Amino acid sequence: MSNAVEPRGLSKIGLQINGWLVYLFFYAPIVLLVIFSFSDSRNVGKWGGFTLSWYEQFVDSSNARNALENSIKIAIVVTIISVILGTMSALALERFTFKGKRVFDALLYLPIIIPDVTMAVMLLLFFGEFFEVLDNLFGLQLRKGFWSISISHIAFNISFVSVVVRARLAGMSTHLEEAAVDLYASRWKAFRYVTFPQILPGIAGGALLAMTLSLDDVVITQFVAGPGWTTLPVYVFGLIRKGVTPLINSISVIMLLSSMLLVGLSLLAERTRRGG
Amino acid sequence: MTAAVELRAITKKFGDVIAVDSVDLTIEDGEFFSLLGPSGCGKTTTLRMIAGLEFPTEGSLSIFGEEVGTLAPNKRSVNTVFQNYALFPHLTVLDNVGFGLKMQGVAKKEIKERAMEMIELVQLAGLETRKPSQMSGGQQQRVALARALVNQPKVLLLDEPLGALDLKLRQEMQLELKKLQRDVGISFVFVTHDQEEALTMSDRIAVMHEGKLLQVASPEEIYESPANRFVADFIGRTNLLDGTTSNSETVILSNGTPIKAENTFPEGTKVSISIRPERTKITQRSESSDSLSSIEGTVETITYLGNARVYGVKFTWLSIEVRDENRPGLEVFNVGDDVTVHWEHDAISVVED
Repeated sequence: MSNAVEPRGLSKIGLQINGWLVYLFFYAPIVLLVIFSFSDSRNVGKWGGFTLSWYEQFVDSSNARNALENSIKIAIVVTIISVILGTMSALALERFTFKGKRVFDALLYLPIIIPDVTMAVMLLLFFGEFFEVLDNLFGLQLRKGFWSISISHIAFNISFVSVVVRARLAGMSTHLEEAAVDLYASRWKAFRYVTFPQILPGIAGGALLAMTLSLDDVVITQFVAGPGWTTLPVYVFGLIRKGVTPLINSISVIMLLSSMLLVGLSLLAERTRRGG
Repeated sequence: MTAAVELRAITKKFGDVIAVDSVDLTIEDGEFFSLLGPSGCGKTTTLRMIAGLEFPTEGSLSIFGEEVGTLAPNKRSVNTVFQNYALFPHLTVLDNVGFGLKMQGVAKKEIKERAMEMIELVQLAGLETRKPSQMSGGQQQRVALARALVNQPKVLLLDEPLGALDLKLRQEMQLELKKLQRDVGISFVFVTHDQEEALTMSDRIAVMHEGKLLQVASPEEIYESPANRFVADFIGRTNLLDGTTSNSETVILSNGTPIKAENTFPEGTKVSISIRPERTKITQRSESSDSLSSIEGTVETITYLGNARVYGVKFTWLSIEVRDENRPGLEVFNVGDDVTVHWEHDAISVVED
């Protein structure tokens, strides 16, 4: 089938080449990464025959495993809390009117706009002061680690979740909630049976985004991690400074696979939800 | 007998804007009642106040004698059919219809029975497992009706429910809705901006404009004796001729022509004479006629409608519309013909400006 607006001749070929170039640009580095994670050579860019030893090394390294474990624990806590808070703020902004709403609205986007480094320094300062106050007032000897990292991640993830959920809410007619209330649903039941199922894809998307951002973050985490505490990306970053080995490749491939698994699962969940 | 819905001096303000202005209204049990008016006249706000989706700023609102002014919508025994239906897209037809019963804590088995019964009543049997997106507009409309009626409300509220349907389907649904209302026997409060729809379906019509209630009456009365110029103009097509009353039988048109028009206004009141296009007769100029119930002019435009011809007849100072039903043996006029337009004295109504 061809019509008047369909490109023809040279422009068609040009567009096709453009498409392939874009894909090459996206995926060539990934393919290279995967290939060289199996390379039996200490030099990252050099092929030295097939080996699984870098993966073995990752599994054997207690530091790496520890960092992975920390990353996962933090990601789970961060995702749960920021999804709840982010969804609540999205609901507040889309469905309610209150004093100072516009200020709140503007402030909510701040963590998205602020550069990572600024945010990191801010949080570092905050935890320093905050822990000192706690120490002075209650004699609590807190150290930076799990909770400081989690709170920092939650701080910027609320904004991202809120934006994603809000987009979904904005596309949902308020008539649906009115219909629910008209049909004898209490406010809570209207949320539970009508609003929530409607915005669930948005919440799932927000959760996925929060989890990915938390698993990925290097800059902020590095600032607020404190001694002896590290997440996987920060660990990888540390390894690079000591000298790059294909171990980094193998870790990256594992991270890549797990994020692909996450995305795949969420797509699957979405599909079964629609089908059923 | 207690009224189904009673509004006493109901006012609704949104900030500085008065959406509904001190409306008094009584809707009897079992009647098909229409709130009619152009968009922004306050009819939907009035309906939403009865539903509880808006609370009145002032006044009293009761349903079967019970004051409900600020009662939450889920505590009122009324249900609404929303504009664009507002069906829950993630639920099947069966779950949509059963939603209200589920929220009221009715047993699962009974929900299914009653929902299925209602689905059959609106002729959707066999489609209960579909999602709303898999249905046509007319079918969605029926689901919305079933979803509201299954709860056996004391009053059913309908907010322009037929607006999204095409003409033919809309006319079918009008008759069906009217029949359904007679069958279930409760009062329907129907919001529409379509005067033809209101005339077709209603037992009584309330005409609203700019938040105020202009006239509440039967379709016949609204059409034949409109309360004022706005109602005369809004309901059906009409010719409005400006004039001044000279006595209880005569109105002097603005160019000085006297017209026989019975009225109850004091002498010298500024009024309009409403002459419906289909109540007039158009003939050749030569025929003798009563000058007090006719005017002479020239055919300016002709609109052929199939079942009728509408002539635009030009007089020295104004044009009026004349509608001739397309009957056999009808005399047809051409543009430029000299004609006389006349009417029976009871074909006109005099309204205040």
